Amino acid sequence: MALPEFETFEYDVIIIGAGGAGLRAAVEAANADVSVGLICKSLLGKAHTVMAEGGIAAAMANSDERDNWKVHFADTMRGGQYMNNWRMAELHAKEAPMRVHELEAWGALFDRTTDGRIMQRNFGGHRYPRLAHVGDRTGLEMIRTLQDHSIHQQIDVHMECTITTLLKSDGRVVGAFGYERERGRFRLFKAKAVVLATGGVGRAYKITSNSWEYTADGQALAFNIGAELKDMEFLQFHPTGMVWPPSVRGILVTESVRGEGGVLLNKDKKRFMFDDIPELYKTQTADNEEEGWRYVTGDPNAKRPPELLTRDHVARCITREIREGRGSPHGGVYLDIAWIKEKLSNSDEHIRKKLPSMYHQFKQLAGIDITKEAMEVGPTTHYMMGGINVDADSQMATVPGLFAAGECAAGLHGANRLGGNSLSDLLVFGKRAGEYAAKFARDHSHGDVDNDAVQKAIEQTLIPFGNTGESPFHVQHDLQDMMQRLVGITRTEGEMQQALVELGRLDERAKSVSVTGHREYNPAWHTSVDLLNLLNISRIIATCAIERKESRGAHFREDYSQKDAEYGKFNLVVRKDESGNMIMERRPVQPMRSDLQEIIESQR
Amino acid sequence: MQFRIWRGDKSGGDFIPYETEVTEGMVVLDAVHQIQAESANDLAVRWNCKAGKCGSCSAEINGHPKLMCMTKLSDLPPDEPVKIEPMRSFPSIRDLVTDVSWNFRVKKQIKQFKPRKPDADDGTWRIQQGEVERVQEFRKCIECFLCQDVCHVLREHHLHDQFIGPRYLVYTASLEMHPLDTEDRLAELKQAHGIGFCNITKCCTSVCPEDITITDNAIIPLKERVVDEFYDPIVKIYRKLTSLVPGSKAQVRDSSG
Ligand SMILES: Cc1cc2nc3c(=O)[nH]c(=O)nc-3n(C[C@H](O)[C@H](O)[C@H](O)COP(=O)(O)OP(=O)(O)OC[C@H]3O[C@@H](n4cnc5c(N)ncnc54)[C@H](O)[C@@H]3O)c2cc1C
Ligand code: SF4
Ligand code: SF4
Ligand code: FES
Repeated sequence: MALPEFETFEYDVIIIGAGGAGLRAAVEAANADVSVGLICKSLLGKAHTVMAEGGIAAAMANSDERDNWKVHFADTMRGGQYMNNWRMAELHAKEAPMRVHELEAWGALFDRTTDGRIMQRNFGGHRYPRLAHVGDRTGLEMIRTLQDHSIHQQIDVHMECTITTLLKSDGRVVGAFGYERERGRFRLFKAKAVVLATGGVGRAYKITSNSWEYTADGQALAFNIGAELKDMEFLQFHPTGMVWPPSVRGILVTESVRGEGGVLLNKDKKRFMFDDIPELYKTQTADNEEEGWRYVTGDPNAKRPPELLTRDHVARCITREIREGRGSPHGGVYLDIAWIKEKLSNSDEHIRKKLPSMYHQFKQLAGIDITKEAMEVGPTTHYMMGGINVDADSQMATVPGLFAAGECAAGLHGANRLGGNSLSDLLVFGKRAGEYAAKFARDHSHGDVDNDAVQKAIEQTLIPFGNTGESPFHVQHDLQDMMQRLVGITRTEGEMQQALVELGRLDERAKSVSVTGHREYNPAWHTSVDLLNLLNISRIIATCAIERKESRGAHFREDYSQKDAEYGKFNLVVRKDESGNMIMERRPVQPMRSDLQEIIESQR
Repeated sequence: MQFRIWRGDKSGGDFIPYETEVTEGMVVLDAVHQIQAESANDLAVRWNCKAGKCGSCSAEINGHPKLMCMTKLSDLPPDEPVKIEPMRSFPSIRDLVTDVSWNFRVKKQIKQFKPRKPDADDGTWRIQQGEVERVQEFRKCIECFLCQDVCHVLREHHLHDQFIGPRYLVYTASLEMHPLDTEDRLAELKQAHGIGFCNITKCCTSVCPEDITITDNAIIPLKERVVDEFYDPIVKIYRKLTSLVPGSKAQVRDSSG
């Protein structure tokens, strides 16, 4: 077969992904005076970050002056069940306020306090109101601010371009290879340093809040060149996704609904979250409904309502209600914000003001007016805590020259992420990744690109055009169905072993999927490429989830329903060895620095 | 349910009939995806969020510019085929996907946000909620480009080199009315950006999925500023005088330049 040609581009640093993390990294690298190429699968400004709703967590102490980085640090560690990389949690808590103010200096306009500062709202697991926000469209504000700032820097943007392979030479990364969607032409990017900022894996599941882009590309790209992945069993199911009508199943209902006073009810109208409050949070949770309301309206002496416990716990309580027959007609539970009319005379207006896009979303897609009626909600696949194992300070992966930031990197969130900690993660570690990638690029020259690897990458992606098998959409659909059933929110050994068997069959099917038409903007072809990453990562998720024989954070095992202190001593790390096999390792959790340990103790 | 979807590329194309089963609550984008999975694997379409938040899935549905993910099939006439075609003001790439790169180029030409010096001790600004609300309306824009698609200056007169279109007038307004901004964009608005071409037909406002009152709240106030700046000597003198009021935009501009 005569192989197609490809265009070659050369940059000091390339950044793969243009969500919050990628854009922030690009700005930083460009400021460091290195040449920067930014590559993304969609148009600029459409990455997942645009969908984020609730806010950015940063201990600015505008809405409650008792807040500071230490409390944020302790909250993040507690939420992550102490599986987090504590150095990342420290840097994150310390630097987030600066990164938010910087956004304001670039034009972001957050909602304000009465004295004119950035207002902060309550969110699950955060002790004080901490989320800077703009109604419930914070992600849009953030990505647009970064986008509008970045277009005036020296950054070359390659939109609608998908990277399929990272290139390595002499033990370090030297570039990336992929295709652009419009014409289906191949592109080689030579680079001294590569930053991955590709986001999550949610498309491995049927019910998800994630878009088509979330096919675990970054994790798979890194794994394939031998980089380590960590914590892949920790996948967050957000407690509140839409459940009805069927076509919107999984679309996110922001936690801010609960932050603004929304309550969860079962079919008997019982507020079931008061029934089960975990030990770690007993002293921080409201004793009764009245106290919960006082908390969300800003009473500093009140404790948080149980709806604002961490996501893993809330999602499991909802699953329990549904399974035990106390769910709503369409297999969810009720989330009611309309009830606040008992407390506020202008509640309709207040809800529309604070939750405009939720109001719009339910009105338009479900025919429900959330100022008058309760919503039906249920858990939805949302966020990957695990990902590429990176150095806390520099964000460099275990392959030199490769950096990762944002959702595709691991460490900050441990076993469970707190809401709002992702957007701040993107800013803090996006910046660091950009800075250190630029530094790495300055200290190194371009490496040699291995032509065979490029040829192989081309061949691999073109296989489906020569096949006669089924459509890639079928295989992707069956994979999503299988992962939802067998490696979902509650897990058992038997089901996950079954998942591995089924993954074997799906692998075979994926090898023979066929694509019709040509390479110009052909979604079937794109899906056939993404599918390989999804399968790869699904296997890793299942394998790690089998290995962790305990329940912790987002990882819940029905057959080992308790936390096990022994398992709290290590993170699971996987990588591919020279011969292509997956190696799994129990990597001991590093002992925490004593000053940080003291913070944890004092915040108990 | 029956569908007619435009398929083709820049060399031409046609409406192709499809049929797919429709269930409760489905939106146009769901139907397109179902058709893609069942019988047209290579049908090109853009989407991301499926919740009206990213502005990727713009198209013309039964002749109306809309987001496919927010248009319910039950709101369309059931007895005639649903007609789906790409935005017509932009060059075709393939099927429902158009070349919107012009928009990204235009944005680059608009002068960047330039804040005044921080005014609080902690190096930040104090801004009242009342001051941000007007601009927050403009910042709701999801860059779906439906307003650009419908504006006759672009759609019929193809004045892409002389007029930036409603989206970028909204963008300019969001900068010009930003409580911290000190830049001046009025000269370009008048000349290179062609605000004068807009004759206030309000078609853009009527298609905006984010309900931004594009014409009344963004374009008309900008037009007034342009008029004040370039045509009305009295207002201009008045502005010079009031520019001595501390914190006003004009004052900051004068003192910096
Ligand atoms: C509905 C919703 C609401 C949320 N709300 C909040 C919230 O309120 N607060 C919060 O903190 N977090 C929230 N999150 C989580 C948060 O939005 C995401 O975790 C975060 O935006 C991820 O950002 P990122 O920069 O890592 O990746 P993304 O923004 O997802 O960007 C990924 C980028 O990588 C590109 N890419 C991927 N693969 C490739 C490839 N192979 N080649 C080239 N480019 C590629 C994509 O095109 C895209 O540009 C929410 C998530 C969802 C889904
Ligand atoms: S009001 Fe102006 S910008 Fe809007 S569609 Fe009409 S002419 Fe175009
Ligand atoms: S102003 Fe409205 S119609 Fe125009 S691009 Fe923005 S959201 Fe779309
Ligand atoms: S898919 Fe995002 S607006 Fe329709």
